[in-house]
Amino acid sequence: MEKLHFEFKGNRSAGQFAPLLVGVVGSGNLEVLIEPQPSSGACAVDIMTSARGFGPIWEAVLRDFHDRHGLADVSVSINDMGATPAVVSLRLDQAAAQLGNAGARP
Amino acid sequence: MNRSFAESTARERIEHLFDAGSFTEILGPSERVMSPHLAQLGVPASFDDGVVVGRAVLGGRSVLVAAQEGEFMGGGVGEVHGAKLVGLFRLALRERPAAVLVLAESGGVRLHEANAGLIAVSEVMRALLDARQAGIPVLMLIGGANGCFGGMGLIARCADHVVMSDIARLAMSGPEVIESSHGVEEFDSKDRALVWRTTGGKHRFLSGDCDALVEDDIAAFRAEATAALGEGRPLSLESLEHEHALLAARIERCGDCSEPVEVWRRLGVIEPERVGDLDTAALRALRPAL
Amino acid sequence: MEWKTLVDQLFTSEHDVQREGELLRGTGQLNGQSIAIVGTTDHAAIGVELALAQARVVLDTVSRHPGRPILLLVDTQGQRLRHRDELLGINRYMAHLGCCIEFARLSGHRVIGLVYDQALSGGFITSGLIADACYALPDAEIRVMRLPAMARVTKLDEGRLEELSKSNPVFAPGVRNYVAMGGIRSLWEGDLQSALVLALAESPLHDERAADGAVRGGRTLAASVIDRVSWS
Repeated sequence: MEKLHFEFKGNRSAGQFAPLLVGVVGSGNLEVLIEPQPSSGACAVDIMTSARGFGPIWEAVLRDFHDRHGLADVSVSINDMGATPAVVSLRLDQAAAQLGNAGARP
Repeated sequence: MNRSFAESTARERIEHLFDAGSFTEILGPSERVMSPHLAQLGVPASFDDGVVVGRAVLGGRSVLVAAQEGEFMGGGVGEVHGAKLVGLFRLALRERPAAVLVLAESGGVRLHEANAGLIAVSEVMRALLDARQAGIPVLMLIGGANGCFGGMGLIARCADHVVMSDIARLAMSGPEVIESSHGVEEFDSKDRALVWRTTGGKHRFLSGDCDALVEDDIAAFRAEATAALGEGRPLSLESLEHEHALLAARIERCGDCSEPVEVWRRLGVIEPERVGDLDTAALRALRPAL
Repeated sequence: MEWKTLVDQLFTSEHDVQREGELLRGTGQLNGQSIAIVGTTDHAAIGVELALAQARVVLDTVSRHPGRPILLLVDTQGQRLRHRDELLGINRYMAHLGCCIEFARLSGHRVIGLVYDQALSGGFITSGLIADACYALPDAEIRVMRLPAMARVTKLDEGRLEELSKSNPVFAPGVRNYVAMGGIRSLWEGDLQSALVLALAESPLHDERAADGAVRGGRTLAASVIDRVSWS
């Protein structure tokens, strides 16, 4: 297992919201848990993955995700079982979409 | 609109089966109550340890729910997973819901947690039977692609009421285990039609091992579950003797059968070879006559 | 230990226990009290007939001898792995046995399980593990599945599992691990008859195994998770 941590600086604060979960930990899949975390605009990402040695790829995927959504004051926690970058991006976007639908207040 | 039960996740099943927005989770993912055993095997844990438990409303009535996530570790029961189920049945003793519903999809004991899983399964069984003894109905809804096997297959038949879809399976040992023990002539695990004739919803419905057969549709499961919310049936000497006689008669009647079609013939099905082609409505029409 | 030697020791030969195939049944006398005995031998594979036969003994005890304690003697390789048993619904037969034992408990019969040789998987769940308490002889073997099969199914390296099973109670097949995890209440060493007398006197009426597992350190989370959910 590999543990990874990344931090980004976001723009619009997500404010308070109920934690939301997207995806399932299965082969080639991952679950993404997004929770509010007041942190002066930071977006903290914690990953537990069974696929070791892909740190740079995770960073690239997360940076792209951050460029798309700029989530701030959130923590993103991931349990991954070897999902491809495409599936990771999909789940992250699904989570961001749900967050948007939840009507987060700034 | 048909929404496949089998293709839905545990959370999706809950979302669409119970009254809209009525589900509140107990020990949800942000509580991070996870398996302490998987990391040492290089396997990622899941925030909910593969089972979602909580309170919901079904047709206006309060119920308790557990839904196993078949995609995580095959729905296998580990230490935490099992403890969530035990806790739910114990909660039922205090809250007296209209029913406890278990959306079961599991290979049984989670082998990665071996001993802890085995003990957990037996604790779930006792807790389930305690709930039944208190008069609380326990309903099993079986419709996942992985089926309901092993210790969960046992637990399923400890419940009051079992609903299956025609694509679901309910059994003890999987065909692969049987084939690797006694050879492909004993049970060809690649013969999908045989696997489903032996352990699938249609067979279990015709033999009486499930009480209702539905299409692979969450709404159909909802309708059956709602209809089954009734009186609980605690164990009694009478009910156990009745069950015993039924099981003894089954061995008498069908004990020498090696092909499911022959079982259906002896049960009184007129054209048993056609069962595979019949839809669930046609099968439901068949059963009262048996 | 041989079933006959075991039963002779438990009841100082005051019993009429017989074997019929792989089924064991009979009655033993202990301090003037009759004890119903049912179980299996020869590492029996529990198929539909054997599950039903054991259930019959339990039901007969409940209906003819209210309150009589029941001793379950466990020696099994687990459920029978045959197409025929699955076709007939072995899960239902085994569930029935479990329900009969549970019903006996609820009707005031003390039910004691004893693993005297082997206990595997489903064959164990619906016998010893549904008793008031389950005990084991020190040389008994309890496991879910043999390591090679486990390695095949989980796709984990057998060497890794072997290594882990030396140190981690979750994998190791020994009875002492089951004690540490609360699944087995204690081992019967020395005077077996005294152990049985004690078990009949002090086995719990409620399922305390998770609490035992926490206190003994073999299962550190189960009890607290059960409590958190049941008091939520």
